[in-house]
Amino acid sequence: MKTLIFRTIAPFLAALMVLFSVFVTLRGHNEPGGGFIGGLIAASAFAIHGIAAGVHSVRRTLYFRPLSLAAFGLMLAGLSGLLSILFRVPFLTGLWAFPEIFGVELALSTPMFFDIGVYFVVLGALASIALTLEE
Amino acid sequence: MEILLALLVGAYFGVSVYLMMSRYIIRILIGVAILGNGVNLLIFTSGRLTREKPPIIPEGSMVPEVITANPLPQALILTAIVISFSFLAFLLVLAFRTYQELGTDNTIEMRVAEPDNEAFPPVSY
Amino acid sequence: MVLDFSDYTFWALAAPFAAAAIAPVAKKYLGHNAAWLLALVPAAIFLHLWNYILPVSNGTPVVLATDWIPLYNVKFSIFIDGLSLLFALLISGIGTLIILYAGGYLKGHADQGRFLSFLFLFMGSMLGVVLADNLITLFIYWELTSITSFLLIGFNHKLEASRRAAIQALVVTGGGGLALLAGFILMAHTGGSWEMSELLGNRDILKDSPIYTAILLLVLGGAFTKSAQFPFHFWLPNAMEAPTPVSAYLHSATMVKAGVYLLMRVNPILGDTVLWSTILPIFGGLTLLIGTWMALRQRDLKLVLAFTTVASLGLLVMLVGTSNEKAITGAVMYLFAHALFKGGLFMIVGTIDHEAGTRDLTRLGGLRKLMPISFITAILAALSMGGLWPMIGFIAKEEVYAGIFGTSPHFIAITAVAVLGNAMMFAAGFLVAVRPFFGHERTTPKKAHEGPMLLIAGPIVLSSLGLITMIFGGFTAHSLLAPMASSVAGVQAHVKIGFGLHFNTALALSAVTVVLGLVFYKGADKIRNAKGYLIEFLGKGPDKGFDYVIAGLVRGAAGVTRVLQNGNMESYLTFTFLITAAAILLPLIGWNELPTMPQIPALHFYEWGVLGLALVGLIAILIAKDRLTAIVSLGIQGFAVALIFMLFGAPDLSFTQFMVETLSVVIIALVMTRLSLKEHDPRPLYQFLLDALVAVAIGGGMALLLISVTQVPFDPSLSNFFTENSRLIAHGRNIVNVIIVDFRGLDTLGEIAVVMITGLAVVALIRGTRHAYRKNVDPLDDMMNNEGADK
Repeated sequence: MKTLIFRTIAPFLAALMVLFSVFVTLRGHNEPGGGFIGGLIAASAFAIHGIAAGVHSVRRTLYFRPLSLAAFGLMLAGLSGLLSILFRVPFLTGLWAFPEIFGVELALSTPMFFDIGVYFVVLGALASIALTLEE
Repeated sequence: MEILLALLVGAYFGVSVYLMMSRYIIRILIGVAILGNGVNLLIFTSGRLTREKPPIIPEGSMVPEVITANPLPQALILTAIVISFSFLAFLLVLAFRTYQELGTDNTIEMRVAEPDNEAFPPVSY
Repeated sequence: MVLDFSDYTFWALAAPFAAAAIAPVAKKYLGHNAAWLLALVPAAIFLHLWNYILPVSNGTPVVLATDWIPLYNVKFSIFIDGLSLLFALLISGIGTLIILYAGGYLKGHADQGRFLSFLFLFMGSMLGVVLADNLITLFIYWELTSITSFLLIGFNHKLEASRRAAIQALVVTGGGGLALLAGFILMAHTGGSWEMSELLGNRDILKDSPIYTAILLLVLGGAFTKSAQFPFHFWLPNAMEAPTPVSAYLHSATMVKAGVYLLMRVNPILGDTVLWSTILPIFGGLTLLIGTWMALRQRDLKLVLAFTTVASLGLLVMLVGTSNEKAITGAVMYLFAHALFKGGLFMIVGTIDHEAGTRDLTRLGGLRKLMPISFITAILAALSMGGLWPMIGFIAKEEVYAGIFGTSPHFIAITAVAVLGNAMMFAAGFLVAVRPFFGHERTTPKKAHEGPMLLIAGPIVLSSLGLITMIFGGFTAHSLLAPMASSVAGVQAHVKIGFGLHFNTALALSAVTVVLGLVFYKGADKIRNAKGYLIEFLGKGPDKGFDYVIAGLVRGAAGVTRVLQNGNMESYLTFTFLITAAAILLPLIGWNELPTMPQIPALHFYEWGVLGLALVGLIAILIAKDRLTAIVSLGIQGFAVALIFMLFGAPDLSFTQFMVETLSVVIIALVMTRLSLKEHDPRPLYQFLLDALVAVAIGGGMALLLISVTQVPFDPSLSNFFTENSRLIAHGRNIVNVIIVDFRGLDTLGEIAVVMITGLAVVALIRGTRHAYRKNVDPLDDMMNNEGADK
């Protein structure tokens, strides 16, 4: 697998895939996509990078341990549900805010953060599995 | 339409069951992987099929303008796919570790928990 | 009357359990003298219950109740009439003496605190049994006595004999308890009330019921096991493994009397039928004869007493079985006398054992000078047991004879059995009370001397009560025994106690009994050494039978486990799938719900192509000869599924499936490079055929099931809800994603937690320490060997 072309392209491919995964995740609420798909794409990106450039390189690129990322995601999802406590509504109730920044309306919501949490859990757990097996 | 997918689901179940009754753990795991797909298709089909109309509301309207595919089974399956994958990964690693520890991939030879010719329990108080 | 927490009776029922909690603490600080303090608890209960004598003897029973499980009309209720009051007085009164005795007997024992604790638990349970009115309350206390007696009998749990006796008692009495529960449920169902006091008010409803036989047999199952009637008598002598205070308590006032109590309690509502008057006298009489005969053949003083208890219970059951008012009066008096003399004798035997170091009949003699107080009390108790003037036992026996002679249709047989049994009982009593004290002194393991106050207080009180109750005969008869006899017989009973002798048939029978008894006493050694007879077999047989039953259970369970759980995963899966196939197919065929075969619809050519691709992938996996083919085929069928999702309006699923299939192939390839996959699948032909059959059955079944499902009208209301509200309240246009992150967010949270855990598990598996579970090395061997070394 360690052909020259693959090794050269892999980091760029991985970077592109990660970028794409973020895009897919964020648009997920309105168009096809979402945290599960985004996380899978990102995990595949790291798996490919790992095959091409070695696990060590991926771990350095990731900086955080994959399982820590997954734990962070789980915590983010849980907290976005817990936020509803402050508004005295049931756990995981969707809360929305539409602030305007520089004239652009942003849709901030707890389901979005929840989805980002899903993204990190899937990314972290699957990347961790893939990297552990590649070692 | 559903009839053909139903038959395909039958094929998936049949093949996976046949593989799972094998002695060799890799075949069993391939069977498990196929079973996951079969179950997903089963849920998908029982939610009825609609061609090529994803359950997405067009911008500017509150509900879909045409009849779309059933979103509920899709939501169920989406998470099921990811979970069955992570379980498959876990089972694969478990099988691999078992192979390392026991030196066999034949389930008949895996007798750590249920040893062959185990002595009868003692009859005393 | 409502039972509430301000009522002392409630506290009286709770007090033993509280005492059980503080007993170990008290023992820790006060040593064996804690018994003096702890004995105050049953003494206080006794005094409190004493207050009820006046109202109860005036014929007004007391009922106290509080709701327990109102939904099922189960109350926590107690019922105090003559029967339960006398029992409760015996339990708390003798309990006081037993606690004192246990203080002396187990002096210095490391677990004395625990022992006292168990005794109190047992006392509390027993009080509950006799005072409970509600059948469920009664049953729960009944089972508590089984459990606590298990703890007491198994107190010396390091001895196998002790464990065996404990398990035996638990199995026999607990099993009987289950029968009793069934009987109670039927009783309540038929009688329309869970309260014993209300059932007693409606006497014929149970006897006239078509399920009377079932009720009676079930209740007898509970009573006979508890009261050690033949053929369930064997657990009682074995229970002698327990320390002597337990034996004294279990045999005199509690446990074994619970069965007799129950029979006496239900006599008015279940008794006096042909079935009742047949079963009870036969089993009671048989138990009486076997018990006394076995008693005479023992060397161990405790065993002699144990078998006489079995015999006395037989006598009581026989008497209750006549349902005759006079016989029941006799039974009540005998029960009272028995509680006094048997409790005393057991404690004396324990004292002898404690001070002389042995209780072997043939190794004891001449103790009367060394243990004078024990000697006098033993003689008093034995006089009462033998039914000699002027003890309470004498009056009791007179009353028994007067009650059975000439009243029952089979009175000759019953009288003969009673005389024979009593004669042997007389001999056994004197074996225990006379033999160790007379004759020349023998050398015993310990130099015998009189026991300390804690040990002899109980025998003194109980034995002298045998006389005192005679002196205050009027009170005993009117306030204690007559109310009880009336409750049992269901009519007003008259009891008279006095020292005067009446020259009648009963006295003549007594004379015969004593003469016969002396003959048996003289011949005791011959009887002991005689070879086994039929009665021997009847006595010991059930005990051996118990062992066979337990061994059979263990072996049977092991055999079944071996067959079903044979360690062969192939067969587990085959069985599971066979049953699954049956579960799918049989309802479809059995209820004739097979779907009608619809027309094959017209498809676009690419749709055919995708379906074909999936099939090709599946078939390729089945026939794959090397791992690369297998992996690629696995990928093919997965991508085909992704395409199907794409074709039918599920782009999210499709993307996800693509990504997952890619990753799966990568991971499987990674694992397979390390696992040496067997290239071929070497199933024998029959196995191949069987597996193929099962696979076809399941596959076909699922297909048929799914076709049936899709042929019923679809209810889209749930999907419609999500579709309509996705944008409206959740501000999202991708309905699938909205369901995942918003409507069903909690599910998703659980699911990502699962994903996370599998990630952790994989890392743990790969990085975890390695063990040497190599082939042909059984890791359990080490464990087994270590355990074996301990034994």
